[in-house]
Amino acid sequence: MTAVNPSGWRPTAPSANDSGETQTVTGNRALMLEEPLLFEIGKRDQTGVDFDSSPAKAGVQGVAIAAPDGPPGPQPSPGNRLGGLERAGVDLPGLSEPETVRHYTRLSRQNYAIDLGLFPLGSCTMKHNPRLNEKMARLPGFADIHPLQPQETVQGALEVINKLAEWLIQLTGMYGVAMSPKAGAHGELCGLLCIRAALEARGDARQVVLVPESAHGTNPATAAFCGYRVENIPATKAGRVDLEALKSRLGPDVAAVMITNPNTCGLFEPQMKDISDAVHAAGAFVYCDGANFNAIVGKVKPGDLGIDAMHINLHKTFSTPHGGGGPGSGPVVVSKALAPYGPIPFSASYADGSYKLVEEESTGDEHPDTFGRMVAFHGQMGMFTRALTYILSHGADGLAQVAEDSVLNANYILRSMEDVLDAPFAFSGPCMHEAIFSDKGFAEGFSTIDVAKALIDEGFHPMTMYFPLVVHGAMLVEPTETESKANLDQFIAALRSIAERARAGDESLKAAPVYAPRRRLDETQAARKPVLSYNNPAPDGSSTGLGAHFGGG
Amino acid sequence: MRYLPLSDADRSAMLEKIGAGSVDELFRDVPEGLLLKQPIEGLPLHASEMAVEREMTAMARKNLVAGEVPFFLGCGAYKHHVPASVDHLIQRGEFLTAYTPYQPEIAQGTLQVLFEFQTQVARLLGCEVANASMYDGSTACWEAIGMARRITRKKKAIISSGLHPHYVNVCKTMARFTGDTLDTALPNLDAATDAERLIANIDGETSCVVVQYPDILGRITDLTPIAEAAQAKGALLIAVVTEPVALGLIKAPGEMGADIVVGEGQSIGVGLQFGGPYVGLFATREKYVRQMPGRLAGETVDAEGKRGFVLTLSTREQHIRREKATSNICTNSGLCALAFSVHMTLLGEKGLTGLAKLNHARACETAERLSKIPGVRLVSDSFFNEFTLELPVEARPAVHAMVEKGVLGGVSLGRLYPGVDSLQNGLVVAVTEVVSDADIDALEAALKEVCQ
Repeated sequence: MTAVNPSGWRPTAPSANDSGETQTVTGNRALMLEEPLLFEIGKRDQTGVDFDSSPAKAGVQGVAIAAPDGPPGPQPSPGNRLGGLERAGVDLPGLSEPETVRHYTRLSRQNYAIDLGLFPLGSCTMKHNPRLNEKMARLPGFADIHPLQPQETVQGALEVINKLAEWLIQLTGMYGVAMSPKAGAHGELCGLLCIRAALEARGDARQVVLVPESAHGTNPATAAFCGYRVENIPATKAGRVDLEALKSRLGPDVAAVMITNPNTCGLFEPQMKDISDAVHAAGAFVYCDGANFNAIVGKVKPGDLGIDAMHINLHKTFSTPHGGGGPGSGPVVVSKALAPYGPIPFSASYADGSYKLVEEESTGDEHPDTFGRMVAFHGQMGMFTRALTYILSHGADGLAQVAEDSVLNANYILRSMEDVLDAPFAFSGPCMHEAIFSDKGFAEGFSTIDVAKALIDEGFHPMTMYFPLVVHGAMLVEPTETESKANLDQFIAALRSIAERARAGDESLKAAPVYAPRRRLDETQAARKPVLSYNNPAPDGSSTGLGAHFGGG
Repeated sequence: MRYLPLSDADRSAMLEKIGAGSVDELFRDVPEGLLLKQPIEGLPLHASEMAVEREMTAMARKNLVAGEVPFFLGCGAYKHHVPASVDHLIQRGEFLTAYTPYQPEIAQGTLQVLFEFQTQVARLLGCEVANASMYDGSTACWEAIGMARRITRKKKAIISSGLHPHYVNVCKTMARFTGDTLDTALPNLDAATDAERLIANIDGETSCVVVQYPDILGRITDLTPIAEAAQAKGALLIAVVTEPVALGLIKAPGEMGADIVVGEGQSIGVGLQFGGPYVGLFATREKYVRQMPGRLAGETVDAEGKRGFVLTLSTREQHIRREKATSNICTNSGLCALAFSVHMTLLGEKGLTGLAKLNHARACETAERLSKIPGVRLVSDSFFNEFTLELPVEARPAVHAMVEKGVLGGVSLGRLYPGVDSLQNGLVVAVTEVVSDADIDALEAALKEVCQ
């Protein structure tokens, strides 16, 4: 029997299941519900919203407008002010509210999430998202204010930005902070623009940015994005920056060195201060990728390590939700040398307790050397309220405990796994907030992806796979501080079993996952023949092809 | 600490397993003297949920809430009614606390949403393909200019005087470092846009023309002649939409020949939030997709032949291509894209068209009334839900004076264009479906008074 769901969509392959499971008529499996695409169930004349019944006072001269709840499609409305550019309809299907709630609720259940279980994605810091943060961000005084309201009407918002800025400065021991960057990579951009502006101010046209091999891809991409040439610097056998190699490359053409600390192997760079001193001696600046600040918050001030700029991912260290891929927020703390060049706008506080947004009109007086604006408006306010709520909840003591517990949890995993998984840097001592393993020792033909997919069947999100690039078949495990010991023990038991199966060459690993909403997906086909939007079926049932859905349809 | 599950007994047992005498031993790579042994001085200690709630609420109370007063601000961020189900659905933990869908077998929810979002955005903007979102409209605008540079291998962008000045300034910041040339101009308080200037300035070095639609003064221009002129010389037309609700009523830029259409999606599903997070829209022609920045969800099948979705064409992106990527962008604005998509699903064409008509009707009525105030002139003769007035007085003090009367009466061009004398009397007024008759009465009365 072929599975049929309400849209009439049928699986493209025969319904016979490899393992001989009984197939249902609907394709559903109890709580595992298949959900068609919106475009297969929605209708252009269906809607889940309504409006006040008398929109405009009748008889206003020269403004004859058709009633808002008329039929869709072209309705020339003489007397409007649209300049003759009325649209002939737009092919957007709608659903009633109950259908909408069901559509998205069903889809949500096909996602793994922190709320469901351990999410040990290294470098990504998937910690619990406290719901108080959500509640505070939704206070009308924060959620329902316009970015261009007169400043006297948004003093509380400016206070939040200023207060969070002050916390970030104190926690990092830096001189200033730029709050407007929209995400970590945008923060990297901010830091490099500060550096470039500072170099230009002294007439120094340096062209090269040095980046360790183990860096996040955003580091070299950001350097290239603002016009720098990127060169790699190697790592030592202990997974740290090779200081001697770095020193030998430093020279008058090097503008900056981008270092992640703790680094992407989950290790603290013990020579960080020496690196900074060497870079400064060569006339360059140190950019620190702060993606892993959560491991040291309250324990080490990055400012003590001699860095010039560092972005802080509020969605990592300060637990604003990842939301399926964003929005993030990436404030950048800067040294005294870079502060004059930071972006506008920012929130300044005054002795009388008032706050002012320093933007274009006041830069001449208050911030004349700024490199300018990076974004419309003032940054990710909704993330600032969440992050500040998180920080106030933890306080200086709680934040240090966060760092300690995250490091403790990661080392617990490291030492519980190292006899069955190759841990390339375990010999050099403890890790920080994440433990790294390689696929060395797996049977021929078995790799990291097989371990990852088998973890899915065990009810865990996989670790970060194949990153950083300096470790073969890397598995980067970051448990975070919000996991209990019982959760860690269960995860360790599952991972140990899977690792042993990979070493033994257990073929059943290749089939994993078998219990997820989908089996392994064909990413090659997706890239070779990209289908990036839904095409309405043509009347004869064949595909209309990309781009055939213009206009009224 | 209510968010930390480990007990002291757990910590001791775990340290024993690790073979460390104390947690600080795990920080042994930190040079002596730099490891903090006490909480950082001068900072408060942890606080209860109630205490934090009190402190945050006290700050929230210091702000004037848009929904509590007659409210007419726009210029890139708009107050629309967002149905209650939107916020409910985006707070589902499976959406809120998921990561980027790098493991597609357990992220089909997010991936299908992104695929649906891409389709909705492409159709709304009149384009063939859209990505899974950018940070916001302003950064999407700069990314579009960079994409046009890569496609045309030229570096001169001609920017309309009607582009939001914050967007222009973002582009200026970046162009200073990338070597792109920007041909910019300031707007005039005239009914006509600068389409003629744009067309006249296109030459063989031009990578793109950038036009906002409707523009910063609310005006609507037919983009077709600009697209034709640009394409005749090998340049691209980039259209910027900051009020996507307008596209329920007026032609989509893609329908008029725009090659790249970017936008700020905040209007649909995402609240004002003092400027962020918002959601950048980015759409283009299929033939340019490999030069596009940002994430893309695509359709494929799983090992059993079932339809599924994955992130695709990631060889454009930084985590694969590093310094050769099309952009350094890593995140998208996932949760805001979800909010946009849920709201758009609730609307459908019928709801969107109705919403757009309601906005336009409200705006027409308000413009009609305000332009009858002595000394007040309606600048924009075509507009959607936002128009510019030239007042007989400076607009910036007028806006502050209206605040005194409890009315948030619009955005003064003096705020957006400080020091530009010819624009100081300009007031941009946005009127959406949330504006009531009483609100319009209040604005009319307040404006009358401040214009005397």
